[in-house]
Amino acid sequence: MNTPDLVKLIFGRLTIEAIPYHEPILIGTFAAVAIGGIALLAVLTKYKLWGYLWSEWFTSIDHKKIGIMYMVLGVVMLLRGFSDAIMMRAQQAMAFNGSAGFLPPHHYDQVFTAHGVIMIFFVAMPFVTGLMNFVVPLQIGARDVAFPFLNNFSFWMTVAGGMLVMASLFVGEFARTGWLAYPPLSGLAASPDVGVDYYIWSLQVAGVGTTLSGINLLATIIKMRAPGMTMMKMPVFTWTSLCTNVLIVAAFPVLTAVLALLSLDRYVGTNFFTNDFGGNAMMYVNLIWIWGHPEVYILVLPLFGVFSEVVATFSRKRLFGYASMVYATVVITVLSYLVWLHHFFTMGSGASVNSFFGITTMIISIPTGAKIFNWLFTMYRGRIQFEVPMLWTMGFMITFVIGGMTGVMLAVPPADFLLHNSLFLIAHFHNVIIGGVIFGVFAGINYWFPKAFGFKLDSYWGKWSFWLWLTGFYFAFMPLYVLGFMGVTRRMNHFEDPSLQIWFIIAAFGAVLIAGGIAAFLIQIFVSIKRREALRDVTGDPWHGRTLEWSTSSPPPSYNFAFTPVIHEQDAWWQMKERNAERRTEGYLPIHMPKNTAAGVYIAAFAFVIGFAMIWHMFLIAGLAFLGLLVTAIGHTFNYKRDYYIPADVVARTEAARTEELAAHV
Amino acid sequence: MSAHIESHDHHDDHGHGEEVSHSTLKGYMVGFFLAVVLTAIPFWLVMGKVIPNPQTLAIVILTFAAIQIVVHMIYFLHMDTKSQGGWNMLALMFTLILVVITLTGSIWVMFHLNSNMMPGMSHDMTEQQVKNLP
Repeated sequence: MNTPDLVKLIFGRLTIEAIPYHEPILIGTFAAVAIGGIALLAVLTKYKLWGYLWSEWFTSIDHKKIGIMYMVLGVVMLLRGFSDAIMMRAQQAMAFNGSAGFLPPHHYDQVFTAHGVIMIFFVAMPFVTGLMNFVVPLQIGARDVAFPFLNNFSFWMTVAGGMLVMASLFVGEFARTGWLAYPPLSGLAASPDVGVDYYIWSLQVAGVGTTLSGINLLATIIKMRAPGMTMMKMPVFTWTSLCTNVLIVAAFPVLTAVLALLSLDRYVGTNFFTNDFGGNAMMYVNLIWIWGHPEVYILVLPLFGVFSEVVATFSRKRLFGYASMVYATVVITVLSYLVWLHHFFTMGSGASVNSFFGITTMIISIPTGAKIFNWLFTMYRGRIQFEVPMLWTMGFMITFVIGGMTGVMLAVPPADFLLHNSLFLIAHFHNVIIGGVIFGVFAGINYWFPKAFGFKLDSYWGKWSFWLWLTGFYFAFMPLYVLGFMGVTRRMNHFEDPSLQIWFIIAAFGAVLIAGGIAAFLIQIFVSIKRREALRDVTGDPWHGRTLEWSTSSPPPSYNFAFTPVIHEQDAWWQMKERNAERRTEGYLPIHMPKNTAAGVYIAAFAFVIGFAMIWHMFLIAGLAFLGLLVTAIGHTFNYKRDYYIPADVVARTEAARTEELAAHV
Repeated sequence: MSAHIESHDHHDDHGHGEEVSHSTLKGYMVGFFLAVVLTAIPFWLVMGKVIPNPQTLAIVILTFAAIQIVVHMIYFLHMDTKSQGGWNMLALMFTLILVVITLTGSIWVMFHLNSNMMPGMSHDMTEQQVKNLP
């Protein structure tokens, strides 16, 4: 075999030309990432943190630590996704009057695709999964999730998918297709390069993680609730998590299947979505939205749960209309499967199809509206405390209602024919996703941070973060509604009409304010760590909470509950406090716990290599990595040292320390 | 008066193996017999050319296939309304609803997608009709 053949066998189509060393923006980014990365590695090495991180975090199967790692992943990817956003805002504000801006179309198209993919799959999803992972087992009185190893593996698969997207920045390029990669643009004929392959493999790898964690949490909620916690006594956040995981398990296989069909088109020459040989690209659009619409409810439902917990806690009242909240959630779960066509009213369906899906879309706003009224009635005559989580919740209620109403406007097919693919649509879905998901995530972070780390977040910087995000959001997206009405379409690289520029400048200003909001959030974390002694939460119940997670210490012991609690009513912890229930302080038993394992990290690392090798057609390496993955996975099944017992006297010591701490501060 | 926080000692088994329905030799035999019969009848229908109309034949065979699915679920997958406290049945119903929505919805949508095409672009027009277009 001669050398070129050997090189091709090993490297596939990867050549030195794939490194974008001629693009100054990317080189600058790469330099910054490399320097930051080296600095981080140096710090970790200097303080000898590698062993600690590896044994206490990376290989951990404690749902709380995995939840925290998901949140860290979300924050890191938020920075990447937001830098894409601010680049787009700057480009559109500048590219007027003959100026081409600073992003050539080839690069700009990758930026808006990466922004969408990252924000949905690697920011919103990790945040949502992280919150559910951390909170659900504590809320239902369980010691961990149903399948602790699977949980760790799911997390690392999500990381591997995110790393593939990040790799596309420096090796090759990302898709230039928009975040759903519609064919025929994403087909081999129009996109022969690696961009779409990066898209496909990053989502497939991360999708495994998402689906498995969905199954995991579903099993946890159904099978591991504390005795006495019937379905209608579950906290609302657990309910919305249950519905979200049902949606994940039902919807993500559709995404996997449709992406698999697209990869077959690209790799082996099938014609599912091509223009020729009987292919139909419209089937791709149809199928991907059958996943895509439930996906938006996957994102927002858990945050509805967060808002329900926050409103009840900070209004010092029971949640108004618990049962109607549950039914609204379930109705949304089912209805979310009946509206997908509203994403492509303009694709050519006749009046009967469009009216059906228009009407189902309007109907889905009814249970959502019911939820808003429930939160309002909870606040009505409540003793409201304007803590940071409550601020985010109120910001959400106002913002989300506006976004919901523009959504109902878009649900009217004739109106949609005018607004389809315009900036009005962009403003609408940012209005609901930022107003609903991101605000909810920040509410959740501020609310449960003391539970996770043992000290509250600094409220001064929290308020800065909130107000900057809120005003920044309105500055950034209200102009887009206006532009949408003027007929400006999305994904434009530059503009001819100079009268539009002022709106884009206002929007760019809004993006700067949001950047300030993100910075304030990072400062808030930093300042809180500095002031952690002053912000210390010794009771484990800093907000006077209502649900079981507040009955544990902050942070909770690895086993969560020394004794499995027995539930009699909703708001179990509130009832225990009302009845002046005492902690049981004797009769501890050894606690059976799962053991940490590194198999998840290894399998996900192999998955990353498979993805990367498939993208570059390095089929030999992909095959070897797949072999490695199988061997590791099978090898792990022979690992019989999966569990251990926390001895009773260790439990007794931990609990005694907590008893002492409680006694000292009551 | 203060009450103790009620609690019970943790059990590691979360109540598995509640009841085993149908997983008896008799259950499996009945299931096997039904499955064989339900396979043999369509086979005979095709081989013996019993129903001349192909459309009717297809409908009959699909009906047998649907019954076959039910037989497998009851006798081999032990599906009933009680297993796992009804959760299995609930999950099955939910899955069925979603599959029906996805399939019928997709078919309905895909057959509808040419509704708004311009008249000249439809493939089934005759040459004369195309010439008469405005």
